Amino acid sequence: MSAAAKLPRWAELVLLPLVNLTVALLLSGLIVLLLGESPWTAFKLMLSGSLGSQEGIGYTLYYATNFVFTGLAVAVAFHAGLFNIGAEGQAYVGGLGTGLVALWLGNAPALVVLPLAILAGALFGAAWAFLPAWLQARRGSHIVITTIMFNFIAAALMTYLLVNVLIKPGQQSPETREFGANAFMPAVHELLAKIGVTFAGTPFNLAFGLALIAAALVWVFIWHTRWGFALRVSGENATAAVYAGIVPSKIIVGAMLLSGALAGCLGLNELLGAQHRILIDFTGGAGFVGIAVSLMGRNHPVGIVVAAILFGALYQGGSQLAFDLPKINRDMVVVIQGLVILLCGAMENVFRAPLTKVFVIFRRESAAK
Amino acid sequence: MADRIDPAVPALELRGIEKRFDAVRANKAIALRVARGSVHGLIGENGAGKSTLMNIVYGFHRPDAGEIHVQGRRAEIHAPHDAIAAGIGMVHQHFMLVENFTVLENVVLGVESGALLAGGFAHARGELEKLARDYALEVPLDAVVSELPVGLQQRVEILKALYRRAEILILDEPTAVLTPQEADALFAMLRRLRDEGKSVILVTHKLREIMAITDRVTVMRQGAVVGEFETARTSPRELAEKMVGRAVLLRVEKAPARPTETLLAVRDLEVRDRLGVARVKGVSFELRAGEIVGIAGVSGNGQSELLETLAGIRAPTRGAITMGGRDLVAERLGPRARRTLGLAHVPEDRLRMGVVASFSAEDNAILGYHDRPIYNRGVLSNGASIRAECEKKMAEHDVRPPLPALRITAFSGGNQQKLVLAREIDCDPRVLLIGQPTRGVDIGAIEFIHKRLVALRDAGKALLIVSVELEEILGLADRILVMNGGEIVGEVSANEATEEKIGLMMAGVKGEGRA
Repeated sequence: MSAAAKLPRWAELVLLPLVNLTVALLLSGLIVLLLGESPWTAFKLMLSGSLGSQEGIGYTLYYATNFVFTGLAVAVAFHAGLFNIGAEGQAYVGGLGTGLVALWLGNAPALVVLPLAILAGALFGAAWAFLPAWLQARRGSHIVITTIMFNFIAAALMTYLLVNVLIKPGQQSPETREFGANAFMPAVHELLAKIGVTFAGTPFNLAFGLALIAAALVWVFIWHTRWGFALRVSGENATAAVYAGIVPSKIIVGAMLLSGALAGCLGLNELLGAQHRILIDFTGGAGFVGIAVSLMGRNHPVGIVVAAILFGALYQGGSQLAFDLPKINRDMVVVIQGLVILLCGAMENVFRAPLTKVFVIFRRESAAK
Repeated sequence: MADRIDPAVPALELRGIEKRFDAVRANKAIALRVARGSVHGLIGENGAGKSTLMNIVYGFHRPDAGEIHVQGRRAEIHAPHDAIAAGIGMVHQHFMLVENFTVLENVVLGVESGALLAGGFAHARGELEKLARDYALEVPLDAVVSELPVGLQQRVEILKALYRRAEILILDEPTAVLTPQEADALFAMLRRLRDEGKSVILVTHKLREIMAITDRVTVMRQGAVVGEFETARTSPRELAEKMVGRAVLLRVEKAPARPTETLLAVRDLEVRDRLGVARVKGVSFELRAGEIVGIAGVSGNGQSELLETLAGIRAPTRGAITMGGRDLVAERLGPRARRTLGLAHVPEDRLRMGVVASFSAEDNAILGYHDRPIYNRGVLSNGASIRAECEKKMAEHDVRPPLPALRITAFSGGNQQKLVLAREIDCDPRVLLIGQPTRGVDIGAIEFIHKRLVALRDAGKALLIVSVELEEILGLADRILVMNGGEIVGEVSANEATEEKIGLMMAGVKGEGRA
């Protein structure tokens, strides 16, 4: 008994997400229309705001960097059969590690402070993922529940630290002093200026390159090493993993440490590249967007980079929209993002059956000719 | 209920059924007539299209072309409820029962007739008692299904179909989970149904059953009907040749075993499941080089647990397993360590344990051996070598199609099993544990696998084979251990073994020599 007909690979990877995205945008357009604005104008504004100028592109890629890190974090856990909802908390605590190194060694040479800051971010993020992983591996506590809880704990911990310990003395808002300049992740427009190219000043920084390197490394690890093989076996079929001598509890802990480490790298972009200090809620929900990015990108690094850029464009275009159209505010932008997540993530299979049918009919006709 | 019509009209007639899955023509212009009041056998290798055809009749698949006629009338079957309405019932190989419901609840499920259950239950109880009388199908209606033996669970499935007024009953490999005695009881029940005018379609790959119970038999091969016979006028050999398309060896040819030193010794092994129930109770035996030991038993009598414990997947609560002077239990060696000691394992349930369904053949061919230097180059895995090794295994074991990058589930059961076997014997193990060597494997591949196993024995390996196919145990094993209720209830050497003798032990009657 074989399953129903399947979509060709290209349709699965490109057409289906595109259909989902289009429907999400159409629905968003409908809401914009209900609010009394022209959907077409809104769409054009979003597009030009995100990709129509150097500034827009810079911001889009800056947002995308965060999503690549968190998307990869979710994907690595997913390949091991784990649903890591805790990228938000891991990114938050990871950022603490990055920030502490930057505060401490901010005036040391960049070649010393930046690698250490990366390492600290990854270590702190991994550490925050360790306990949920251990609880899942040893005690069977469900990782979804524990990682959600750890998001709250991370938020409480960070608030405490920022308000009571790390706050810059004599200041009202809960944030640290600025890092030393050597701990800044070089901005792309500054680097381009050095070779005589002018690019609009944006927070778009070298962390984007690190994110791409991370994506490449994740690809190599998952599909081209024996450890990635064991991780995938464990995620796809835990019984077969035990049979093959793979120890699932080790895979759970290992995959979550890696996942947490990837999420923990968010601070490289957000703190070292943009804020230059640690502040409350600097993650801004990127950990949750990472879930959608990973789903939409089919848990594949290439798909994740593409989806992250799309979401980056949505963020940047959305801010532009809220700025230019008075009837649309910031919340409306969240609604549009929500629709994209809903259609591309949670409801990604809704259009699969109709699309498959179209293909079957099309194939039959071309076979008849 | 069907009104009385001309008895010459077949109960079920299929005309020109066509079904294509992508490039595969699973059913090619199938014509089939099942007479009323008959048991009709449908036999063919795995992948011959039997299941597809029956799934079309039962409405799981829609045919690309062709007609289905029930009791002389054209039936439009788009979904199982259409089939049920047309009077077709199906008993699946894996029962479709809610385990923690009672028999009555299971039967009524889906046809409750009304928002409140009480009325439906009362009605159903009366109806079922009548059915039980008419067809000798007694089942305790208020028993919880999970507490019933498999034979009775199967009876519940049959009752479910009859309660839905089935005139045509399809049984898909119904004896896979039964002892020979239980199978005989099932056949008696089917004869009764036939005599009452019902039509039974028996889908199976076991020639013995076809010969024992059917009136007519249709043979399928590669999606097409290749022959139809009156059972009384054909022979197992003729049917087997039709199924495979060439002459086949039904018996395993082998010389007497010449066992030498003991390679694996099991002493007083006890295994408990997660609920603390003893599944294997004080089992002891030895496995010697150059012999095949078969473990016979109705599925669920501790064979699976025993096999998994030997392989290192389960931990025993008591006892010792010694191999090469080392106690695998005391040293707490896992599956990986046991493999390096030369203990290979072909698991019983291939798709659940032996392979990863979403992976390619080449990835499955390294499962459990992925750490070997040959498959790696430093930290990276060596894709070229993985592919080359898989191609080699495929060539040596006649795995078709020989495409390492193809998803494992695109291969037939027999080819999957050949690849798993190839993987497990690649590192030259001394002891092989083999669960259900030919489950879901077609006759052609069975022959190949059996020959390979005998060749391994002759090369001085020790083989332990667990199989629910008694014929297979009888054909392969040099020594047979029979398990019942977690204990070894008897040991028989191959030349004294008969189906009856072992069947009785399987049912719990203790044999000589052990007890």
